[in-house]
Amino acid sequence: MSTATNGATGELTPPPGVHLPIYLDNQATTRTDPRVLEAMLPYFTEVFGNAASRNHSFGWVAEEAVEKARAQIAKLIGATAKEIIFTSGATESNNLAIKGIAEMYRERGNHIITQVTEHKAVLDTCKRLEKSGYEVTYLPVKADGIIDIEDLKRAITDKTILVTIMIANNEIGVLQPVEEIGKLCHERGILFHTDGVQAVGKIPVDVNAMQIDALSLSGHKIYGPKGVGALYVRRRNPRVQISEQINGGGHERGMRSGTLNVPGIVGLGKACELCMEEMEPETRRLSTLRDKLKNKLESKLDFVHVNGSMEHRLPNNLNMSFVYVEGESLLMGINDVAVSSGSACTSATLEPSYVLKALGLGDDVAHSSIRFGLGRFNTEAEVDYVADKIIDVVQKLRELSPLYEMVKEGIDLSKIEWAAH
Amino acid sequence: MAYSDKVIDHYNNPRNVGQLDKSSETVGTGLVGAPECGDVMRLQIRVNPETQVIEEAKFKTFGCGSAIASSSLATEWVKGKTVEEALQIKNTDIVKELSLPPVKIHCSVLAEDAIRAAIGDWKKKNGVAETEAATQAVAAQ
Repeated sequence: MSTATNGATGELTPPPGVHLPIYLDNQATTRTDPRVLEAMLPYFTEVFGNAASRNHSFGWVAEEAVEKARAQIAKLIGATAKEIIFTSGATESNNLAIKGIAEMYRERGNHIITQVTEHKAVLDTCKRLEKSGYEVTYLPVKADGIIDIEDLKRAITDKTILVTIMIANNEIGVLQPVEEIGKLCHERGILFHTDGVQAVGKIPVDVNAMQIDALSLSGHKIYGPKGVGALYVRRRNPRVQISEQINGGGHERGMRSGTLNVPGIVGLGKACELCMEEMEPETRRLSTLRDKLKNKLESKLDFVHVNGSMEHRLPNNLNMSFVYVEGESLLMGINDVAVSSGSACTSATLEPSYVLKALGLGDDVAHSSIRFGLGRFNTEAEVDYVADKIIDVVQKLRELSPLYEMVKEGIDLSKIEWAAH
Repeated sequence: MAYSDKVIDHYNNPRNVGQLDKSSETVGTGLVGAPECGDVMRLQIRVNPETQVIEEAKFKTFGCGSAIASSSLATEWVKGKTVEEALQIKNTDIVKELSLPPVKIHCSVLAEDAIRAAIGDWKKKNGVAETEAATQAVAAQ
């Protein structure tokens, strides 16, 4: 037993070496790796030049650092350096790719296909395009969170110019069949953009094997800094063109104006290099820890279930519903552990996660869900502590839950006439 | 988000958790809210038939910390009051006592509903005329 219990409320004390609070929300953001920070630091001070200054050494050194980072990023995804455009992050990359392609290929067609569990940076961009005359198909997902490739085939029309479907989902970590999607798109002469934010650096991504035409990625999800990201734009077979969304000095070959964030870019490059070097053992380590967490919770608690496919999933994500316990109350009980809840009791709409609802989960189950995002700096001792803590708090809250009591007494909750409020 | 100390106290040490025999003539049960909305409260009272004083109150709640605290507080407040006095408890009193933020006001509304539903159930069992306020019955048990 790695943790001890004291007091009437069942407070757990962490074992030696575990420092609270524990960060287990690595799908939201990650801590910058000290090696990344170290690589960045000189570019705030000694090497402060503008990478676009062509006529002195300050600019040349900065440019050299930017080009090194471009190559590091390209290598991680099997691209060439010239295909990488720097942005402020994945939200901008998604906007630039989707709007930029939609505008550039407008004469060819006005139809875009995406799917319902995309990040809001994709969904809201598509909604915006709908207002300017584009038609968007939002594919459903199956109960495991994965699209049906047959649905995609059926959705394609002769007006379809772009398919934008993520590699890995941010809430449930489920992987979409990007290789099949890429193949299908290229057979039909349609461009394929993917939001690779959660997947790049965590699992192997190859833009050629997957036939990806544009890919968004971000620094802060891969132990790099916030405020920097990149968009991969294919230059051969086919050469993809995008219309710029930010006008100005013509940086990034005119596709994204604005002085380059040199320290951020250096950090993003270093972060990519580290992810590539350490991917294999890190994937094994994280999936082992994740499975341990899952098995421990499932062995000690009834009425828990995993949301989304376990087979096609990021190694570091677990999303579980603790039925008959409301998610926010669970978070309150584990306030020394940072995780996310699918419940949105605090939001203005009180609507639970649209991703979980898309899997066909009832609102009640969605309200009971927790996302665990493991990362590079989590230890086995932390995972053990979190599992014990969750078990303790769920049991305590179920003692308080009229629903749990009723189900245990054999009452069918679906037969009760609840008054929605 | 930050919870008030009183909400945290009720969450950590909920008062009067449990169940009363709902088939008893002297017990009124209110079950309000809905699982889809993320809040279900069950509040039960045991009423002295002579004095109409609420002698015992129990609750169980599925919901956020503020919902748990609101219902826990409601059981504390109804105890020792007559049913007519208990009907005077307003959700705004709960909001004030627990310093609930605007997004959590619905938790206090639900607790008030639970009190009314429990009293309504007791009145129905005992043939006591419904006051107008108590007729806003909520979910059926």
